[in-house]
Amino acid sequence: MDIKVRYFASLRDRMGRSEQQVSVDKEQLTVADLWREISNDPIPDTILVAVNMEYTDSSHELKAGDEVAFFPPVTGG
Amino acid sequence: MKVFVTKDALDPYKEIMAFEREALPAGKHGGVVSFVGTMRDFNDGQNVKAMNLDYYPGMTERHIERVCQEAMDNWDVMDCLVVHRVGEMVPTDPIVLVAVWSAHRKDSFDACRYIINYLKESAPFWKCELTREGQKHWVEKNSEDPGVAKRVERKTA
Repeated sequence: MDIKVRYFASLRDRMGRSEQQVSVDKEQLTVADLWREISNDPIPDTILVAVNMEYTDSSHELKAGDEVAFFPPVTGG
Repeated sequence: MKVFVTKDALDPYKEIMAFEREALPAGKHGGVVSFVGTMRDFNDGQNVKAMNLDYYPGMTERHIERVCQEAMDNWDVMDCLVVHRVGEMVPTDPIVLVAVWSAHRKDSFDACRYIINYLKESAPFWKCELTREGQKHWVEKNSEDPGVAKRVERKTA
């Protein structure tokens, strides 16, 4: 399945890019699986996740075409 | 309700007056409570020269609108306006405006505090500060307001 992945703030700096398309040859894929595909590491607790612009957690099951965003805690206002 | 994010300089008092003229029926509200957040020249003991505010277009507006809707469902509020700056800014620049109109002051005070607190908690914005020594660093967390009302539980669509 194809997933659009976006990174913001310090995570964008760390990943060296603001977005990427990820193709994974699997029928079932959680956010945690996706992170492991990208980085080969377990997803850190400090990273927030949104799928299609809604907050979720790393057990979220993804579907083809989802937009997944990874970012640090928010600091607006 | 009006919510927007802008790269342009923000004049919060002009925005309040313009929105009041365009959206509020004359003579029906008893007051407007506003919170204007401005950029400090210090943070965590460091001198800050400039700041860049990053956001997630689409998600940011959606989450601010949700917090405003929660406030409007919970208090007797006539309307609200939220404007948030993004991009480059310097100390003394207004960063955020929350303005809430109601017939009676308690509702607008409570709703305004609710909106700014949960905007800070859930709207995707990130501050990157530039110190006077030329160092750039991402702000890791916001200060908390111990007086904030409990977040209203809403099912996401």
